[in-house]
Amino acid sequence: MTNAVDQQELALFRDSVIKALETEVAPHYEAWEKSGIVPRELWNTLGNAGMLCVDVPEECGGCGAPFQYSVVVGEELARLGFGALSTNVMVHSDIVAPYLSHLGNDEQKQAWLPKMVSGDAVGAIAMTEPGAGSDLQAIRTSAVKGGSDYILNGSKTFITNGQHADMVIVAAKTDPNAGARGISLFLVDTSLPGFSRGRNLDKIGQHSGDTSELFFSDMRVPASALLGEEGQGFVYLMRELPRERLVIGALGVAAARGSLDMTIAYTQERELFGQKLAQLQNTRFEIARMETDYRVNKAFVDQCIRQYEAGELDAPTASMAKYSATEMQCRVADGCLQLFGGYGYTTEYPISRNFIDARVQRIYGGTSEVMKEIIARSVLGRA
Amino acid sequence: MSAKQEDIELFHSMISRVLDQEIAPYYDQWEDAAGIPRSVWHTLGRAGMLGIDMPEAYGGAAASFEISQLAIEEIARMGFGGLASGYNIHANIVMPYILHLGSDEQKQRYLPAMISGEVLGAIAMTEPGAGSDLAAMRTTAERIPEGWRINGAKVFITNGLQAELVIVCAKTDPAAGARGVSLFLVDTALPGFSRGKGIRKIGQHASDTAELFFSDLVVPEEALLGEAGKGFAYLMQELPRERLGVGAQAIGASEGALALTLDYVQQRQAFGQRIADFQNTRFKLAEARARLEMARAYLDQCIARYHQGNMTPTDAAILKLMLTEMQCDIANECLQLFGGYGYTVEYPISRFFVDARVQTIYAGTSEIMKEVIARSMLGKEAPHR
Repeated sequence: MTNAVDQQELALFRDSVIKALETEVAPHYEAWEKSGIVPRELWNTLGNAGMLCVDVPEECGGCGAPFQYSVVVGEELARLGFGALSTNVMVHSDIVAPYLSHLGNDEQKQAWLPKMVSGDAVGAIAMTEPGAGSDLQAIRTSAVKGGSDYILNGSKTFITNGQHADMVIVAAKTDPNAGARGISLFLVDTSLPGFSRGRNLDKIGQHSGDTSELFFSDMRVPASALLGEEGQGFVYLMRELPRERLVIGALGVAAARGSLDMTIAYTQERELFGQKLAQLQNTRFEIARMETDYRVNKAFVDQCIRQYEAGELDAPTASMAKYSATEMQCRVADGCLQLFGGYGYTTEYPISRNFIDARVQRIYGGTSEVMKEIIARSVLGRA
Repeated sequence: MSAKQEDIELFHSMISRVLDQEIAPYYDQWEDAAGIPRSVWHTLGRAGMLGIDMPEAYGGAAASFEISQLAIEEIARMGFGGLASGYNIHANIVMPYILHLGSDEQKQRYLPAMISGEVLGAIAMTEPGAGSDLAAMRTTAERIPEGWRINGAKVFITNGLQAELVIVCAKTDPAAGARGVSLFLVDTALPGFSRGKGIRKIGQHASDTAELFFSDLVVPEEALLGEAGKGFAYLMQELPRERLGVGAQAIGASEGALALTLDYVQQRQAFGQRIADFQNTRFKLAEARARLEMARAYLDQCIARYHQGNMTPTDAAILKLMLTEMQCDIANECLQLFGGYGYTVEYPISRFFVDARVQTIYAGTSEIMKEVIARSMLGKEAPHR
């Protein structure tokens, strides 16, 4: 283990995150789920509480904390059953901010990172397109040189934070003939003309998660919006995707903990056939199975977190973390819901939200099938 | 073509037409509104969809039991999971209770009105504290000179918000355990009957699911269904049919989910080829088809046995356990093949997924089904503490 993080301090930070979430989020979350989006001000609240982009370096407005601190924020959001918000914050803090930190020039970093830390700017990243899904090489959004600017045309879908975003990292083709080598990334200021947002997509879960289509219509962005080098977009995506996948895995593990905790408590209270549900052997064995499933995955994800901090996490291993932990999360949510009987199907019992919120974790950030293909390639080479 | 097959095809096309014309155009709206307009039951009644296997004397079509199951299957196949549940309760559970257990007067009073859709039926077994444990029920019915006085509460009652008639299970002899349970035909217009708000669920949004409360609700003597104290025996006798209906829903919904997915994977391209051309897709779908064929054979066997009057509770438990678990697996695997679209409400596969999840819970959870099956093999568990 390198870069040893003081676990006591980390625990203190965790407590402060929990406290902030209990006051700022818990009382309102159901209302946000009903309205299908969180209020824009929440981002400022989270920023003020020091919960956004916590590993961004101090010179860019962050507190330069180790990566584990950022993971803690996502973990607690997920564990407490705020699945949609955990996704929103992950995209902002653990995907968009690192792209900027790793690839941005000083000017770009100064323009966006301090605002992202404070919550004055919300970040999103736009890779997926209606026709392409997880297949990044098939994207059609184009960025054509027009004088010193680039002109963007195209559309994206399933963009988390799309409604609130002030800045979107857009993957676009600068050379349509060059396949993967023709992709570049742009830091798109959503206040510029030519940018528009579609509706907030209606989903079966993560209801307060803001998920949108985005449209670019002859949108001029200055050359200074190019992130990194032209044509290197695909390489950057491949380089940054492991962190995204690792964090999705960490969210899956934490959400499973939340499901287990509420189910353990329920089975110890609930009487059925003259005894506690927790005394029935099926319940005991189901809890045992799920607790084991949880711990094995947690150990693997924790190991990946240490590897990432040491700069040693490779893409196949990150894919294993996402694949295994999110499948576990869905198994655990499903098994837990069943133990609640009819109540588990009602929105009144939070286990039902854990169940429907979990389902998309195996899809976004690269589906389980894409994860398997990446793992398979590392073992068998290309088909 | 045999006469029987001809009958089935006639009904099949009638059912499809009604669903296409009267349900499909509005179903999304009803899901959004979390309820089906009361008038839909009249529409279904006029179209001959209610009481398909009820005797002609009451206004039914006197068709075979098989055809009544086909109706449930078709509703589920089209992705109307919430309606399928409400329909199953009204036409496949409540009506048979009355037909099998009711007096002539009770049958005359309720069956024609239920067949026309004027009266919507519900059945209230589950209680907040008891879940699938029917013997632990606390609702009581006390004998009084005017009839019976009912007190208690029920939960998760399908059609509970709109029903005009509820079959209520209550203890008439609290000291007698399972032998103290009786069934009552409760007119919901009577004083002392009240309904909670609709219960919000993660799926089957269009189906109405409610809490019901009985507070010194007085029903006349003739509200008793069958004999006093025999309620538990009646439930045991009728539950297999309910589970058959849930099995038919499971088959229909699985077929519907699979059909949507087959269509999608042949259109959608990813990584330069059709999704249908990936081996993973092909094998997942092959697995679903294979499970469906096995399930269909078992369902057909159960229907035949039910028809002959020799389907056992164990048969019904095996059917419900296997078919509903299969349904959830198939909906889950199919959703995955839709990628991100599968998680959006816009793509009906997402509804198949959320609607499926309660099928392993209501009408006896999968765990209860396993216990029923285990008892047929091992007898009752000996008390050991």
